[in-house]
Amino acid sequence: MIATAQLPLVRELKASYAFVERNVNLSKRYWGWELTYLLYTVAQSAAVIYIADAVPQDPKHPFDVSAFTLYLAIGALTWSYMANLFMAIAESVQWERWEGTIEYSMMAPISILTYILGSCLFGVLYGLIRTAVVLVLLVFMFHLSASGAGMVPALLIVGAGSLSFVGFGIMAATLPLLFTEKGAQMTYAIEACLLLVSGVYFPVSKLPLWLHPFSAISPATYVLQGCREALLGHFTGSTMVDTMVPLAVISVVTVPLGVWLFVWAEHFAKRTGRLKRTG
Amino acid sequence: MDGLLQLNIAEDIVARRSSVEQALQVNHVSKYFGGPSRFSLPTAKPKKRVVAVDDVSMKVRRGEIYGVLGANGHGKSTLIRLISTLLLPDAGTVEVFGYDVVREAAQVRRLLNRVSVEASLFKKLSAMENLLYAARLYSVDAALARREIVRILGMLGVPEKRVRQPVEKMSRGMQQKVAVARALLTSPVLLLLDEPTTGLDPRSKKDVQRFVLELRDRHDATVLLTSHDMEEADHMCDRLAILHKGSIVVEGTPLELKEEHARRHGMEALPSLEDVFMDITGRSLEEADEGDEEE
Repeated sequence: MIATAQLPLVRELKASYAFVERNVNLSKRYWGWELTYLLYTVAQSAAVIYIADAVPQDPKHPFDVSAFTLYLAIGALTWSYMANLFMAIAESVQWERWEGTIEYSMMAPISILTYILGSCLFGVLYGLIRTAVVLVLLVFMFHLSASGAGMVPALLIVGAGSLSFVGFGIMAATLPLLFTEKGAQMTYAIEACLLLVSGVYFPVSKLPLWLHPFSAISPATYVLQGCREALLGHFTGSTMVDTMVPLAVISVVTVPLGVWLFVWAEHFAKRTGRLKRTG
Repeated sequence: MDGLLQLNIAEDIVARRSSVEQALQVNHVSKYFGGPSRFSLPTAKPKKRVVAVDDVSMKVRRGEIYGVLGANGHGKSTLIRLISTLLLPDAGTVEVFGYDVVREAAQVRRLLNRVSVEASLFKKLSAMENLLYAARLYSVDAALARREIVRILGMLGVPEKRVRQPVEKMSRGMQQKVAVARALLTSPVLLLLDEPTTGLDPRSKKDVQRFVLELRDRHDATVLLTSHDMEEADHMCDRLAILHKGSIVVEGTPLELKEEHARRHGMEALPSLEDVFMDITGRSLEEADEGDEEE
């Protein structure tokens, strides 16, 4: 029953769909959890966006509340997407540990790249759908209006940023391979650090100088800057270059590095017997 | 079962299966766990090194059902994991139809599948969803897989109405049948069964055993079976090895092992396989398991 006439690449690409379909099925079966998590994201985003209304107004220096609302909303939405993409990939191994299926996925006749690709494809799909739902709810709650012309560049930036976040996600996914009990919790620490240094709710210039190098290597920094400039109507051609070039460089470095780390972690787990232990 | 005759197995696998007489060759394999680690802190207490598999060698012929008996913690599952590319040996080599499990892991994985004592399924997913996931990983056409899943599960005694229910709503025996179906769906030429009937009710146990025998008889599959069940091993296995403290201490057909025991003890009637096991390992399986748990 094993297919015969498929080229290895075609076979691997088709096999990657197995992960997408499986995770979609799992999301459907865990629909109650998905709704709860959606509520959590919307409530958390709204709690941040309401800060714009709470900033005291100084008559001498009028403050544009709606622009600040949009500034925070872009941060919340972009971060929601990036965090979901990151966690979907990072949790792929942990989920299998939890269910006890990891050995069966790891002994299937597929490349480890197929495993990673499948997890990433689902991560992008999951992140986009969830963020679209959150966007609709936030627009309804806050009557957000952004520069229509900036939508296309913003989406391009998010697309480019996705690839670099995939690299970080793959690196994080190695942690549950290496640390069977607490690997998943370690990925939350990485996520929190990215949240701190990327200027999600405030400009990175407000960070102490020693954190600036970390901001410079976080893809979220460039995605957020680019999206804000696009949607707040300050977008220029040079913004596109300033955003896309660093994202491309980060992707070129982090994706291969992530894959290399994952392969190394798989080898380490097989050498030390860590695949069989459930989390 | 007849439908499994229509398998569309890759040509290179068919050729390899036909040309190689040894389905499995284990050469002086050892596997250790624990011991000093490069990543340990200087203040950390060094972990004791455990020898899980100790210089094991064995050859399993094509079409054979080969049993490995042993108490818990004596290396049976580690040996299965080494063969199924889930562990890397510290010494020695393992070949599946001539392919090395370390250097040619991708080819090896296309030839084998495994059923372990735990069903290891996504509990919230249905049997159909779990098996379709497995089928896609093994490049089985989805439409064909859907038909085969219903048919194979039906033959194992899982009614069609249960196929689309979450696995968590199934009994332990039924979950294990789904796990068996997952392995059979991919048409392995080497099937690794790690205590597949442990915890099953007698009827489910018989269903699984019958199916495994049919798979071997009709489809030229080779089976490596680890078991606690001496009756099962006696009934199903062409040859047996007893694994004790990570080493193979005796190997032969069930009849040979019993005859040798009878000869050494001057017995006229043949002993049971459990008597042989007790004699060779110095204790019964139950005692061995209890001792291991205390350790």
